[in-house]
Amino acid sequence: MFQIVRKQEMAKGSIIRFDILAPKIAAKVKAGQFVIIRVNETGERIPLTVADKDEFAGIITIIFQVVGKTTALMRSLKEGDTIKDVVGPLGKSAEADKIGTVVMVGGGTGIAILHHVAKAFKESGNYVIGILGSRDQELLILEHEMKAICDELIITTDDGSYGERGFVTQPLKKYLDERYDIKLVYAIGPIIMMKNVCNLTKQYKMPTMVSLNPVMIDGTGMCGGCRVTVDNKTQFCCVDGPDFNGHLVDFDELEKRNSIYLKDEKDSLLFSIR
Amino acid sequence: MFDDVKYLKFKSYLNTYCPHCRNSFNVERKDQKYLVYKAIYKEQEIELKLSPFLDVFEVESSVPIDINDKLTDLLCPKCKKSLIVEEPVCGECGSPVAEMIITAFSKLIPFFICLNHGCTWHGLTKADQNKIKLKIPRQEMPEQDMKLRAANHTEVPYGYTTELAQLEAGRCLQCKEPKCVKGCPVNIDIPTFIRLITEEKIDEAAKKIKERNVLPAVCGRVCPQESQCEALCILGLRDKPVGIGNLERFVADFERKMDLVKVPIISNKLNKKIAVVGSGPSGLTVAADLVQLGYSVTIFEALHESGGVLVYGIPEFRLPKSIVSFEVDYLKKMGVRVEMNHVIGKTITIDELLQHFNAVFIGVGAGLPVFMNIPGETLGNVFSANEYLTRMNLMKAYKFPEYDTPKPRGNRVVVIGGGNVAMDSARTAIRTGAAEVTIVYRRSRQELPARHEEVRHAEEEGVKFMLLTSPVRYLGTDQAMLKGMECIRMQLGAPDSSGRRRPVPIENSNFIINCDIAVVAIGNSSNPIIFQSAQDIKRNKWGYIEVNPETNETSKEFVYSGGDIVTGSATVIQAMGAGRIAANAMHNKLSAT
Repeated sequence: MFQIVRKQEMAKGSIIRFDILAPKIAAKVKAGQFVIIRVNETGERIPLTVADKDEFAGIITIIFQVVGKTTALMRSLKEGDTIKDVVGPLGKSAEADKIGTVVMVGGGTGIAILHHVAKAFKESGNYVIGILGSRDQELLILEHEMKAICDELIITTDDGSYGERGFVTQPLKKYLDERYDIKLVYAIGPIIMMKNVCNLTKQYKMPTMVSLNPVMIDGTGMCGGCRVTVDNKTQFCCVDGPDFNGHLVDFDELEKRNSIYLKDEKDSLLFSIR
Repeated sequence: MFDDVKYLKFKSYLNTYCPHCRNSFNVERKDQKYLVYKAIYKEQEIELKLSPFLDVFEVESSVPIDINDKLTDLLCPKCKKSLIVEEPVCGECGSPVAEMIITAFSKLIPFFICLNHGCTWHGLTKADQNKIKLKIPRQEMPEQDMKLRAANHTEVPYGYTTELAQLEAGRCLQCKEPKCVKGCPVNIDIPTFIRLITEEKIDEAAKKIKERNVLPAVCGRVCPQESQCEALCILGLRDKPVGIGNLERFVADFERKMDLVKVPIISNKLNKKIAVVGSGPSGLTVAADLVQLGYSVTIFEALHESGGVLVYGIPEFRLPKSIVSFEVDYLKKMGVRVEMNHVIGKTITIDELLQHFNAVFIGVGAGLPVFMNIPGETLGNVFSANEYLTRMNLMKAYKFPEYDTPKPRGNRVVVIGGGNVAMDSARTAIRTGAAEVTIVYRRSRQELPARHEEVRHAEEEGVKFMLLTSPVRYLGTDQAMLKGMECIRMQLGAPDSSGRRRPVPIENSNFIINCDIAVVAIGNSSNPIIFQSAQDIKRNKWGYIEVNPETNETSKEFVYSGGDIVTGSATVIQAMGAGRIAANAMHNKLSAT
């Protein structure tokens, strides 16, 4: 049993932040790694990337968007409630060596993961440029945290309600055109955003890392459900990833694989409401 | 020369005759069947009635007989000749015995009863016993109806009743040099436990098995006995071998259901700690062996339930999960700690374990599914058997939406492979409502590596077999969901290194199977997680751990290993055998230091 020590609702309650007491995981987890959560006895196992940690307090932070049955169930949990199973840290951590200037591109809840990776890059002494994208101002998360980490921070919203109007690719293109010292782009967010960022950086031959989030069960390589095609080879996201060279990832396939269970997700949600 | 023949305690009806005049002793009176004799008791002629059923053999007489007294004589009621013989004497009390002739399995053979009234011995010569034993057909377990069971998840065989078990146990010849024991990877004393069943000492039989095997209820169900102990049974030369696995299962189930399981009290606690990585068959064996020797043992399990392949892989209808949890609970009662949700190599590394524990056993299984690397493998609804079975068993997707993990949608299922895992997947698919389930295997029926029983069960339940066929590619819809599979026909060529004939594709024989779920059950390779933080553990070219075969110690001192992570995909009992070797070696090494 893992206790939720703090719960925070963000973005009109559609994004939730949990601080979970898990000392063994907090002591080990590095940026980019994820945990697998099973809320209760009948629950499914879902992967969630760790957004932050406090190894002294033994706390890990996860931030998730409410999209289906399990996340809706998690939103209903209160501070002090427990989660049945939390296992991790899983996956390989992001390689945040000192390389110079990096651009961190995040969208939606991907900003939560990006925040942890950006922090690691900053701590190893890089010049960090942040570009955050969101549908509108209210859905934007972790702006202050990112501001504290990034040396430069650009915010874009689809409707122009805050920051620049448009998509993250516009300021990214500007940076790639203007700055010649950028060594790496890290893009974490919706699949379509990561795909567009990769298409753009491919033209500049700019190394780009992405963090993938396929459907998983055990998260230890046992089931093979999280297969992704990278460089025309099948990789298991849970043991070989979750971070991959974005230029080699088959995003279209990932998008389709992630939508296999959409109808079941709906059925499950309806069943629980009934 | 004579043995106790209580093994004859089954519901057989005795036809007995006088050895002199061939008069039948069998009489029916008032709907009751008797054997009627004249007897001399205290110089008085009395009538003695015996039951013709061997399992009761009650005695009734016209004059009450003292339990400590002997009959002076036993006579044939027709020819009035004495039935007493000089040789032999009673095998239990040494009193004189009376001889009669019985028909057993259409043969006339001598049969003896003791004249001592308190003694219940009645016997046959050893040679005759064996003649009878050879005539008892192998008793198969009663099974759920094949139509009914295809729609439920309850276990298929019901198991032996006590009567059936004793009848089957009676078939054992009690060989002096039993071959079956050699066929058992953990060398269970098979003849002794079978003899104890015939003696109705089933709790002792259970104890006997548990000396060597901590998971009899599991092994009785999932061991491939036909290629291990039962393959070497002498009876198998002429007839079918003794149902050793079925008897093992009966003993374990009887002990559990009758609440006879006693948790041993461990008196000599050692101040030494053992970490076991993985709660599958090998890990549970190591834990059980070492906790009984007084070690304090902690098992680390990555998933949220303990049992490893016994819970995520083997389906409920073949091995009820309640049995696995019972066995794990038994270990817990003995003092084994089980830590769930610990991925060793991630949550804790091997080196960290060695700081807190005196020795570590790695029994993580193979656990990285193999795919064929053919086009279309990342389409939706193409699963590894691990994923398909994990969804269904561990996550209980067949109860979706009550349980949150979704069940794969589709009616036409193909399973690729011919092993037990393939059978499990196919039979699971049948039970979750698939209209058509086909097993696609590249060799012929003879080479199917699955247990015969599993193949038979699968066929009975309606699984189709498409043999000498191999997939070439998967075909998908616009939404990247599976809609079909292109296959090629195979023929068998020359034998390969494994001794099996190698399948060779027949050119231009491609055809398409329509299907909407494909389950790839062609095996597992070594899971890399644990080694990412323990590169000093030596592995072979396939990625499996190299161990010293005598001790199962790895290249890293105080780290032992066994099971599929050493051998590649194998059986439950082989993993347990490996665990036993490691446990002994760990004990030897730790008691020396």
